[in-house]
Amino acid sequence: MGKRHLLALFNNFDEAEAVVRELRSVSLKGFDASKDMIVKSPIEHPEVEEFLGNKPVRVQWFTLAGALGGGSLAFLLISASQGNFFAQMKGGKPIVPFPPNFVLTYEMFILGGVYISVLGFLICAGLPARRSPLYSVKVSEDQIGILVKSDEGSSTALKSIFTKHKALEIQEEAGK
Amino acid sequence: MKDIREDIAWAQINKDVLKSLENPRKLYWVILFIAIAMVGVAVGCEVYQYNVGLGVGNFDNPHVWGLYIATFIFWIGMSHSGTLLSAILHLMHADWRKPIYRFAEAMTTFSLMTAGLFVAVHLGRVWQIYFALPYPNMRQVWPNFQSPLLWDAMAIFTYLSSSILFLYVGMIPDLAICRDNMHPGWRKKLYTAIALGWEGTDRQWRNFRITYLTIACFLIPLAVSVHSIVASDFAMSQQPGWHITSFPPYFVAGALYSGCAAIITLFIILRYVFKFEEYMTMSILKKIVRLTFAISMVWTYLNLVEYATVWYGHDEAAKHLLIQKATGTYAPFWWTMNFCGSVVPFIMFFKRFQTHIPVMFSVSLLLNLGMWLERWMIVSPTFADGYYPWTWDHDQWPSFVQWGIVFGSFGWFTMLFMIFCKIFPSVSMYEVKEMVYHRSQATKKLQATGKLAATGKGAH
Repeated sequence: MGKRHLLALFNNFDEAEAVVRELRSVSLKGFDASKDMIVKSPIEHPEVEEFLGNKPVRVQWFTLAGALGGGSLAFLLISASQGNFFAQMKGGKPIVPFPPNFVLTYEMFILGGVYISVLGFLICAGLPARRSPLYSVKVSEDQIGILVKSDEGSSTALKSIFTKHKALEIQEEAGK
Repeated sequence: MKDIREDIAWAQINKDVLKSLENPRKLYWVILFIAIAMVGVAVGCEVYQYNVGLGVGNFDNPHVWGLYIATFIFWIGMSHSGTLLSAILHLMHADWRKPIYRFAEAMTTFSLMTAGLFVAVHLGRVWQIYFALPYPNMRQVWPNFQSPLLWDAMAIFTYLSSSILFLYVGMIPDLAICRDNMHPGWRKKLYTAIALGWEGTDRQWRNFRITYLTIACFLIPLAVSVHSIVASDFAMSQQPGWHITSFPPYFVAGALYSGCAAIITLFIILRYVFKFEEYMTMSILKKIVRLTFAISMVWTYLNLVEYATVWYGHDEAAKHLLIQKATGTYAPFWWTMNFCGSVVPFIMFFKRFQTHIPVMFSVSLLLNLGMWLERWMIVSPTFADGYYPWTWDHDQWPSFVQWGIVFGSFGWFTMLFMIFCKIFPSVSMYEVKEMVYHRSQATKKLQATGKLAATGKGAH
């Protein structure tokens, strides 16, 4: 059976929350609330996470890898350069001095952390992305959107749930 | 007095900020024109210096560093306030920063870009800039990894690129708003490309929040390290007036101080030029003014610590230099610096002046004059009055070339900043909506518990 996308717009978070709770409790053919439902909002709203259920964020792992990688790379490059610096007489001083090398290691630790965090953000947030099948500019203005994907047969039931919770607008489009 | 009206409709916030991208007051064009003219002066001076040599700037032994390095430190310092507002206050959940942090972040980026130019200008032989970069042993450069000058290059590069990423990541949701609301044309194409297809999904916001917080956490120690390293350029040498333990915190405090003063200046300009009276409110101005006053007192304390350390220390050359600063050729500038940096801020102590726009505008300019003089008084007097009397030269004066390039750097910064504010939203729309939303929710809660008698309407 073909899939169908529905986007419903709501005036506030309370109404959106009520819809999400109901969608999680109903059983509709071809609709899994944990996979087929996306909430779109104009602001960062931690309560959305609460009513959607906790989903893992993995950006921190990218940060850790980037920071450690950056710091290690810096120390390796600097100490390798110093180890190969035959032109300078060291006169008994350490070939690889730790205190001054710490400064550049520290800077590269941060540089790697920031760069890879941003990369991790793009990967984890799925950016850059193509427009989803349904989008309303109202979502970037002042309305909360709930995008669902289901079998064609379930779309009537979904629409009635949206209407019950005072959806301002319902858009519909056949998906893949 | 409220930081922001809680009943502003979210659609209105979009409308007001997007209007700033199209329809500023005429003063915007006047400022931009003056800034471009100032850049023209600097370009002319630099071309002349490039063709003839650093001698035309009046650089000669012992004055090998001059206004370029002083101004370089000034611009690096200016950049710190963006981090203060966007990162430190973000971690402290000070939501009054939300309408003003975007332009402070832009200020960070452009002041770092301006500072970076001075490294090249100061070299004279700009084509040899790669000597300043910390890359390994290629082309027989053999960089000295133990030199603070090299740390500087790395720290500034890290700070600049991280600040640009921080500014960009924080702007993505707003770029999507611009994309959705602009008429077809080059702007719409630009916003569509750089908004990366942002739609405000729960997945995007979830990862956005953690990323923004993570970069903020990195930026704070980074900002401190950048100006500490700049301070090390001086403090790790043996020169009188420079070899001072308190220099790193002194530099960081000075950086925050001049940055906050610049925020007041730009706050007042943007508020008028882009008609942001609704968002850049008097209450927020009052908070920045108080913050600036607090930092000015920290700077004053560290300044006095520096004087006391030199006065009661046993370094006769450093003491002689301090007396020279107070009584010699540089005395008018040294006293002006102390007056502007430590006495003028007391105007901000008075409540009635904290929201008085003309007074605060003048005060913020005077503070930055003081902070620029501070950097000059760190750099040049040490060359004029070094350890050896036969190197003394108290009468050297920077030529018009140096002054022209320094003058033009202010134009360069202003030009970049004003162009940015015309192309990108200088007030964060989504964060202002959050601020309005959370405050209205808090008010509703208070009303529900009967602690607030007044009635109010929700955010949207």
